[in-house]
Amino acid sequence: MSSTVATPAAEPRTNYLNVDYGWKSWVFSTDHKRIAIMYLITIAFMILVGGSFAILVRLELATPAGDLLQSETYNKIFTMHGVVMVFFFLIPGVPAVLGNFLVPIMIGAKDLAFPKINLLSYYVFLVGILLTLTAAAMGGIDTGWTFYTPYSSTYSNGQVALAAVAVFITGFSSILTGLNFVVTIHKMRAPGMTWFRMPLFIWAHYATSLIILLSTPVVAITIVLVALERLFHVGVFDPTYGGDPVLFQHMFWFYSHPAVYIMILPAMGVISELISAFSKKRVFGYPVVAFSSLAIAVIGFFVWGHHMFVTGQSTYAGVVFSVITMLVAVPSAIKVFNWVSTMYKGDVWMTTPMCFAIAFIGLFTVGGLTGIFLGTMGLDIHMHDTYFVVAHFHYVMVGGMVTAFWGGLHFWWPKMFGRMYPENMGRVSAAIIFIGFNMTFFPQFILGYMGMPRRYHFYPEEWQVLNLLSTAGATLLGIGYLLPMVYLPWSLKFGKVASKNPWGAKGLEWETDSPPTTFNFDKVPVVTEEAYAYPEGARHQPEAKVV
Amino acid sequence: MWKGIPLFPDSASTYSDAVDYFYLALVVISIFFTVLVAALVVVFAIRYRTRPGSAGAVQIHGSHGLEIFWTVVPLVIVMALFVWSTKIWFVVTRPPAHAEQYYVTGKQWMWKIQHPTGQREINTLHVPVGVPIQLRMISEDVIHSFFIPAFRVKRDVLPGRYSTMWFEATKAGTYHLFCAEYCGTKHSQMIGSVIVMEQADYELWLAGAAAGESPQAQGEKLFAASRCDTCHTGKPDARGPDFKGLWGKQVQLSDGSSVVFNEDYVRESILVPTAKTVAGFQQLMPTYAGQLGEDQILSLIAYLKSLSDPAQGGAKP
Amino acid sequence: MSSVDATGLAHHFEDLEQQREAATLGMWAFLVTEIMFFGGLFGAYVVYRTMYPEAWDNASNQLDVFLGAVNTTVLIGSSLTMALAVRCAAKGNNKQVAGFTFLTLLLGLVFLGVKVIEYKHKWDHHLMPGPHFELNGVVGGHEQIFFALYFAMTGMHAFHMIIGAGLMLWVIIKALRNDYTPQNHTHVEMIGLYWHFVDIVWIFLFPLLYLLGKHGHDIAGAATGGH
Repeated sequence: MSSTVATPAAEPRTNYLNVDYGWKSWVFSTDHKRIAIMYLITIAFMILVGGSFAILVRLELATPAGDLLQSETYNKIFTMHGVVMVFFFLIPGVPAVLGNFLVPIMIGAKDLAFPKINLLSYYVFLVGILLTLTAAAMGGIDTGWTFYTPYSSTYSNGQVALAAVAVFITGFSSILTGLNFVVTIHKMRAPGMTWFRMPLFIWAHYATSLIILLSTPVVAITIVLVALERLFHVGVFDPTYGGDPVLFQHMFWFYSHPAVYIMILPAMGVISELISAFSKKRVFGYPVVAFSSLAIAVIGFFVWGHHMFVTGQSTYAGVVFSVITMLVAVPSAIKVFNWVSTMYKGDVWMTTPMCFAIAFIGLFTVGGLTGIFLGTMGLDIHMHDTYFVVAHFHYVMVGGMVTAFWGGLHFWWPKMFGRMYPENMGRVSAAIIFIGFNMTFFPQFILGYMGMPRRYHFYPEEWQVLNLLSTAGATLLGIGYLLPMVYLPWSLKFGKVASKNPWGAKGLEWETDSPPTTFNFDKVPVVTEEAYAYPEGARHQPEAKVV
Repeated sequence: MWKGIPLFPDSASTYSDAVDYFYLALVVISIFFTVLVAALVVVFAIRYRTRPGSAGAVQIHGSHGLEIFWTVVPLVIVMALFVWSTKIWFVVTRPPAHAEQYYVTGKQWMWKIQHPTGQREINTLHVPVGVPIQLRMISEDVIHSFFIPAFRVKRDVLPGRYSTMWFEATKAGTYHLFCAEYCGTKHSQMIGSVIVMEQADYELWLAGAAAGESPQAQGEKLFAASRCDTCHTGKPDARGPDFKGLWGKQVQLSDGSSVVFNEDYVRESILVPTAKTVAGFQQLMPTYAGQLGEDQILSLIAYLKSLSDPAQGGAKP
Repeated sequence: MSSVDATGLAHHFEDLEQQREAATLGMWAFLVTEIMFFGGLFGAYVVYRTMYPEAWDNASNQLDVFLGAVNTTVLIGSSLTMALAVRCAAKGNNKQVAGFTFLTLLLGLVFLGVKVIEYKHKWDHHLMPGPHFELNGVVGGHEQIFFALYFAMTGMHAFHMIIGAGLMLWVIIKALRNDYTPQNHTHVEMIGLYWHFVDIVWIFLFPLLYLLGKHGHDIAGAATGGH
């Protein structure tokens, strides 16, 4: 790859951050890096919003009686927690922030294929957020993030129509981002960047984008029908007129189950990068890991019925959905084993991102294995809609996606802002998050098997000990998440100036400046080797020696 | 079990132990793989940590053998689990032929239950030990879900469509009854108890509870009161079909297709008579939507069903 | 910052060929999402048609096949004029592009006008789904669901037509400014693709909504004594 001369840190070159100033240079920017930063700020805000709802939920559940909030308020709080976290953090988190910033750089392009559409996607996202917050301020919604009919369409007293419009609009933001990634990855790769030289982060984003393009429009039209039902009582999901409320569930999960893979696949892409960089090794079984992403994307489209084992879909439909669900476990297991093997005989450097990556492997393994519990019908008939489900998807989503998000953010922080974060603070927060997370959600597996249904405001007294443990863990987890939100912004001013490649990692993003120039590279890079082409006997050089 | 932190709910149905064994097997498998992965990660992180004078990374591209190994092993395990779980699934979803029929109506936020002998209860279900019981359930408003953790079974209760579940209790006691599908403000208070009693105690309880009429007796009265009998006279020149011996049979419709004469068809025809007209009859029947509640429709169904039951004096099938 | 040079090449592409390929792939990917979008509605249609075949035939027979057929012809005509506009753009003949696009726009507006007449008719006959829906004196029949889907499907289609009309205006303006060259006319090509897609959706909607009842009617007609 093209070699570059180290730049003196004292005299920063022109980069995407200092190329021009003023608010207009940001809000009208079509630079994918600036858009990524705008997404980052917006999403950080949404994490705080969704997180405060989570804390309220856990505080309420510290006691069996509904003594902190009224039932109606509690229902609105957990709904808002779900809506905000799913649609405004979990789904866009990695692709819109890290993906937006890195996809063009990693494949050697100057920008995404459609920069204006990229900017549009951000504003569409913003409109979605504003409408959601408006719906919350105007009385909120109490349907759960799943909007099940006919409760949402006929019986709820909340602002369902407004929230539905908000989700609809946000979906288009995803579609525009996915569209941009697909075209960019197909058409904008630098010379020599063949498909099998692409970093696994790119493969993961490609698979994710395909899912977004094929599934999001289905939920969009479903949400339109719910809004029509809500506003004009048209009868499509209303059993009074012969409508079938279960059809809504089919259409909803046709999107929302693949949406789970929209959340986790980019996170898996991040983990592949982290493990490779901090083990100084090629990713073990690169093509297998790449294809496992595609396999998950494809299989993920045929498993939606496992959300409906107990709704009365036919027994045999259940059998088919169950067996396909089992198949998803295979590519997931393949990924985990390949990550672990990548560390074997590596040169492992336990930086903050690597701590997060290892936490991810552990938490995702538990999350994935408990998914098998729920995919098997004999158990699901007992566990469906209990806290076991809540614990399972938090292990995958929060333990998986959120942990990877933090890991990726720390890893690429020096690239994005040209500053190092405080390393020891990072490791401490990773440890707190890992402990707090397990304390919060592990007891919920037990609660679920005991039979505690989800979305319960009151619960029987014999379950208080476990619930209290969970609430205590949530407090710890909250502290763990707040720490980076303090020291990362702090590092922007006080952090050590980062070199071009503080980790000594391979990849085009480490060959350009930190932060990169507006067009990412001074001249188009030519790729001559595979991804992660670390030399035999590669060793980490702590950064102090490099600079 | 630890004091204060229970790990298992009561196990009180014929299939609850089977579910628990399967669960335990999965727990063991999960612990094995979690410990394996965690141990490897921790050992590699320590053993191969970077340090002055460390050997550096050995580049390995991959291994076909290993990839096949950890593709096939999980595949075999999950397929075995699938077969095992599906066996349980068929037990839980297929009621024995002779199960006693109980009727359940869910509404925000209460469960209304009727025994085959006519007793009605709200949020409490008394059942005898050792008798297979089938619940036929419908909702008057939103989707609910009838969940008895001690029996390891739940089923969604839908508006506009009947759903069923069955169980046979094995141990006397009082168990939780929950609504598991979020149904609105007081979802967490749509709870109750399932009280399992020894046979003799159950008989005593039945005798003591306000008996009321059996569902089919109520249905018979309703059949007359709603003037169903003016057309469905059972005579050859009747303006509506005769129901004797019809239950569970295929019925020819006016558009040439056919439909099974069962709960869902009867309910649809009462509420939307135009939907599926039996061949050879004019569509004259008015709709009873808004006039008959779900409880009443269930009684009518119980009555129509009894007309085809030889034990009840109905025609032979 | 996404500056464009004199030939119409944006800064982040290497050459016009790459830019054109990107736009084409992007448009096709977008149309795939559109197929899934309408696919959700078609899925709901199939489910309910299987559940309520008689109601479906009854409701379908309320639609005006003549107006539907007129609109089908109009749309196919507009696809032709659109294709001609793209061909002229490839030759760099901006005047003809403007002319054919104007024709396309006109035909699109005719289609929307006919749609308004049809909607008005449904409104007058209480066929708008909702509490006031009434068919042959029956309130709350399953026919209501057909009409709910009819309005959702044709409404979504009409919405796409309106967006298409806006795009036509854009093409006309660009053509009048002589923006299209044989080397760079991706813009009009992409909008042409979109327009053809919207037409094809209608080609599926017309038989499913308008003609289906006629077919069912022949079988069921005698037994039900007509509608």
